[in-house]
Amino acid sequence: MNIHEYQGKEILRKYGVAVPNGRVAYTVDEAVEAAEKLGSSVSVVKAQIHAGGRGKAGGVKVAKNLDEVRTYANEILGKTLVTHQTGPEGKEVKRLLIEEGCDIKQEYYVGLVLDRATSRVTMMASEEGGTEIEEVAAETPEKIFKEVIDPVVGLSPFQARRLAFNINIPKEYISKAVKFMLGLYQVFVEKDCSIAEINPLVTTGDGDVLALDAKLNFDDNALFRQKDIQEYRDLDEEDAKEIEASKFDLSYIALDGNIGCMVNGAGLAMATMDIIKHYGGEPANFLDVGGGATAEKVTEAFKIILSDSNVKGILVNIFGGIMKCDVIAEGVIEATKQVGLEIPLVVRLEGTNVELGKKILAESGLNITAAESMADGAEKIVSLVK
Amino acid sequence: MSVFVNKDTKVLVQGITGATALFHTKQMLEYGTNIVGGTSPGKGGTEVEGVPVFNTVEEVVKATGANASVIYVPAPFAADAIIEAADAGLDLVICITEHIPVMDMVKVKRYLEGKKTRLVGPNCPGVITPEECKIGIMPGYIHKKGHIGVVSRSGTLTYEAVHQLSEEGFGQSTAVGIGGDPVNGTDFIDALKAFNEDADTEAVMMIGEIGGTAEEEAAEWVKANMTKPVVGFIGGATAPPGKRMGHAGAIISGGKGTADEKIKVMNNCGIKVAETPSVMGETLIGVLKEKGLYEKCKTH
Repeated sequence: MNIHEYQGKEILRKYGVAVPNGRVAYTVDEAVEAAEKLGSSVSVVKAQIHAGGRGKAGGVKVAKNLDEVRTYANEILGKTLVTHQTGPEGKEVKRLLIEEGCDIKQEYYVGLVLDRATSRVTMMASEEGGTEIEEVAAETPEKIFKEVIDPVVGLSPFQARRLAFNINIPKEYISKAVKFMLGLYQVFVEKDCSIAEINPLVTTGDGDVLALDAKLNFDDNALFRQKDIQEYRDLDEEDAKEIEASKFDLSYIALDGNIGCMVNGAGLAMATMDIIKHYGGEPANFLDVGGGATAEKVTEAFKIILSDSNVKGILVNIFGGIMKCDVIAEGVIEATKQVGLEIPLVVRLEGTNVELGKKILAESGLNITAAESMADGAEKIVSLVK
Repeated sequence: MSVFVNKDTKVLVQGITGATALFHTKQMLEYGTNIVGGTSPGKGGTEVEGVPVFNTVEEVVKATGANASVIYVPAPFAADAIIEAADAGLDLVICITEHIPVMDMVKVKRYLEGKKTRLVGPNCPGVITPEECKIGIMPGYIHKKGHIGVVSRSGTLTYEAVHQLSEEGFGQSTAVGIGGDPVNGTDFIDALKAFNEDADTEAVMMIGEIGGTAEEEAAEWVKANMTKPVVGFIGGATAPPGKRMGHAGAIISGGKGTADEKIKVMNNCGIKVAETPSVMGETLIGVLKEKGLYEKCKTH
């Protein structure tokens, strides 16, 4: 799950990780009021959307007085920002972060991620602040320093110190940088983050070490124990069909094609997309109905697929393990009754209770094309939508 | 021979009284798996499907000599269940549960360091040695006894591969689902090593997907160490970057973990990669013919 920068900074503040003072604003008047309360000579007006690259897209402006705050807030609120992470359709700005300006001496990068190769959390740091870390990794990999963290001990102060010295933070800032890194690690583990990225981390003329930006992502599987993080969810930032799917515990991702897919198991769902493409079609979505799906869940999955007006045909590909084929068959029938299916439907069933599943479909009297294999199913649906 | 499980494996089911666990306990018993006990805290002393239920793993081990466990407990309690099984000194723990928080698994992996317990999963279909022992959730009937080892990050895609092999008359030594999470126990290399040393395995089918670099590392290992042919498939060639494709581990991030990159490295390391998921079996059979292993592996 993603959250906004201002929400991330709220969490950091609670853990004693230094961030500039700031307030969120939903309207132009609130923005001016926020800047007034902050009382700083310079304030920064920052668009809050779930995507990076906001500065380059004109979503971050430095205001020297309240009039400028009003002008910029007016300009940015309601604007659709297109960045390299939003896709060509962009994202509308509905919230602003009004933050006090600071006297930046130097910019750095600090981030925490899970390192899959070691199964441990790793802190990365670089003196190339403000640049995307992937870019630094590609061009000057020697400028990225890493510390692998033992989950029992946590991030040790010596590791944080080593990182701070390695990225050439001046010695008068070292102890504050160490405190910052230790706090950031604490946030990461206690809040079940999947990414915690501070880019840039800055040193200031006032002697501070601050997070100028904050990108925190959270492990969806841990949200059950992070109630406060759940409250940060902003549904405006998510795809409507994906939200609907998540209510029914379905894993759905919208794509650009016209063949809707309903599959059990993430691997098979990906492979089904691949094979549709192989036969010259384009998948409209990724949809994993999961292991313990009920007829009701399958019905909802169908409704979600059909709510995409681009969908011209559906391929159901089920290999039952936990999932029983008769449950899928009943769900398919129930769904077609409820939604009145008018586009081609190809169903391929295999696995637990397959004969029963096939029988239920055959006896339903519905216009369903049966497929004998994945390739057969993909070929049939591709030719039917053409 | 086989890898990880065989007819002598004594299995206990953690969380045996849950609905999913019960359904699959029944299926495993029907398959002939030697299930000696189960746990369900507070229900010790009762029995389900003729299997004695205990409060703790330690009690099951003492009473029955169980040496492997399969975990069906809900995600919030699954990490604790894995640790309990390792604490009881089991040789093998297979965790079916999906959606376990990553930080929990980071701790579990640290706990398992230096212990003899092998973890398979989580978020996996389990391990099956056909006609001997089925531990997990896979449909048993698609598997046939034979000489092809299968290792995969995806459950249903494993069934697909096994089904294709069985239909063509090529049985399996063991099929291992290592799971789709970013932090898991047994990895590709562990399974490949075991298959390389297994007298019954003649060739291996390795099924990966986007995300991480486990396939690349395994391919390098194969090139350096493997004496048996390996054929592969990678799911997710059409997946968009930055989107988590169902499995917690299936995500292309920072330009890394793409199917193209994995396929390239696998090809360079001598692993033939099936072009589509429907020709996984066909591709392997082609390689068996090339290597003169066709007759040896044709089991039915």
